[in-house]
Amino acid sequence: MNLARATGVILAKELRTEFRSRELLGTTVVFVLIVIVLFSFTFNPTSSESRRFGPGLLWLAFLFAGSLMLQSSFLREQTNDTLAALRLAPIEPFSILAGKMAANFLFLLLVELILLPVFAVLYNVAVLPVLGPLLLVFALGTVGLAATGTVFSAVAAQARLRELLLPLLLLPVLAPVLVASTEATIGILRDPSELSSVWLTFLACFDVVFLTAAWMVGEYLLEE
Amino acid sequence: MASEAQPGTASRAAISAPMVLVVFLLLAAASYGALIWAPTENTMGLVQRIFYFHVSCAWTGFVSFLLVFIGSVAYLRTRALKWDWLGVASAEVGVAFFTIVLVTGPIWAKPVWGIWWTWDARLTSSFLLWVLFVSYLILRTLVEEPERRAMVSAVFGIFAALDIPLVYFSIWWFRTQHPQPVIGDGGSLDPRMGWVLLLCWAAMLGVMSVLIRLRYRLEALRSEVDAYRIETARSGR
Repeated sequence: MNLARATGVILAKELRTEFRSRELLGTTVVFVLIVIVLFSFTFNPTSSESRRFGPGLLWLAFLFAGSLMLQSSFLREQTNDTLAALRLAPIEPFSILAGKMAANFLFLLLVELILLPVFAVLYNVAVLPVLGPLLLVFALGTVGLAATGTVFSAVAAQARLRELLLPLLLLPVLAPVLVASTEATIGILRDPSELSSVWLTFLACFDVVFLTAAWMVGEYLLEE
Repeated sequence: MASEAQPGTASRAAISAPMVLVVFLLLAAASYGALIWAPTENTMGLVQRIFYFHVSCAWTGFVSFLLVFIGSVAYLRTRALKWDWLGVASAEVGVAFFTIVLVTGPIWAKPVWGIWWTWDARLTSSFLLWVLFVSYLILRTLVEEPERRAMVSAVFGIFAALDIPLVYFSIWWFRTQHPQPVIGDGGSLDPRMGWVLLLCWAAMLGVMSVLIRLRYRLEALRSEVDAYRIETARSGR
């Protein structure tokens, strides 16, 4: 089976598992909601302020959500010992990682899309006129989050204290994504709106670097 | 350097007396250069002399983190545990050097800028870099089995090292868009200052290599002890 098809099969399996229980998505959405509400206590979310601080808070909430949500990506396999079965399949080891990455990308993007209108209402930000550029930034930022997050989920699954470890590994590595996505989002929400090509290029570079790195280390990461 | 799991080889990879002597002399020369020979800076005064150690420690820290990257890549390619030992030794020494950078920075900043810390690009990135490799060291303490620990820390080591330039670029672009305290680096540098800085860097690189070798040997000895322990447990049964 070639890489693309195997990845597709793994992706389909991940989506099926999640949509049968829907526990991950629901929990994560509520978690981000809690974070957004709690953030509102730390400063006065008036309109002019929220344009400046809002995007940063939103991305920070996404990063926290990702670092918690991606735990289960490999933990689920471990509790049922199904990773061994996946490894036995006659597919390239990287396709397991790639399939999980794609699934995590879709999950995170879905969570972000559910929360975007909530954020827009709560922080009084008009997102509809700039939806296109905003989605582009969300997608690019989430690729980086999903790529590094899935790899580190496999790393943390092999350690003790894994629940605490994943955020510890993931958040400092994702600092550039936080900076770039936040700055790009601020630019888009600014009046007049502008799409910063510097930050978009930067996000794309981050994605390419870590997707390549994941591809290089993938086979080692999944062997027993 | 020592190879793994062969009794007795690790202890021979110790540092040699001439090496220590050279590093000691370098340190003495660097201290003389930085504290006495280099001219006192006009506006900042004596406190500026911390700059020689501050900057050279930062450069040395970068070299250590580069060694972590090399060790990580080499481990994944060869599966020889000695590369993992290089990784952990360099990471610990690199974190130590960056701790010096983060401590001497505020000591220098307080009298010059009037504040201990500012969220300037270089400061923020150094801080983040330090956190990255502290995470690497914590990860290592949470995995017991040597091969598995070597593998996961090699993966994280590669990711962390690849992140360094991205961290610097992002924070640099971020900070240059925002108002910040002006940090003067214009003006001409007395040539003696440049020489002293290079001398300090050489001394710090010497200290780095001594420490990495010692730490590497410790890791090799640990691995040897583990091998003996497993052997005893097997024969005991």
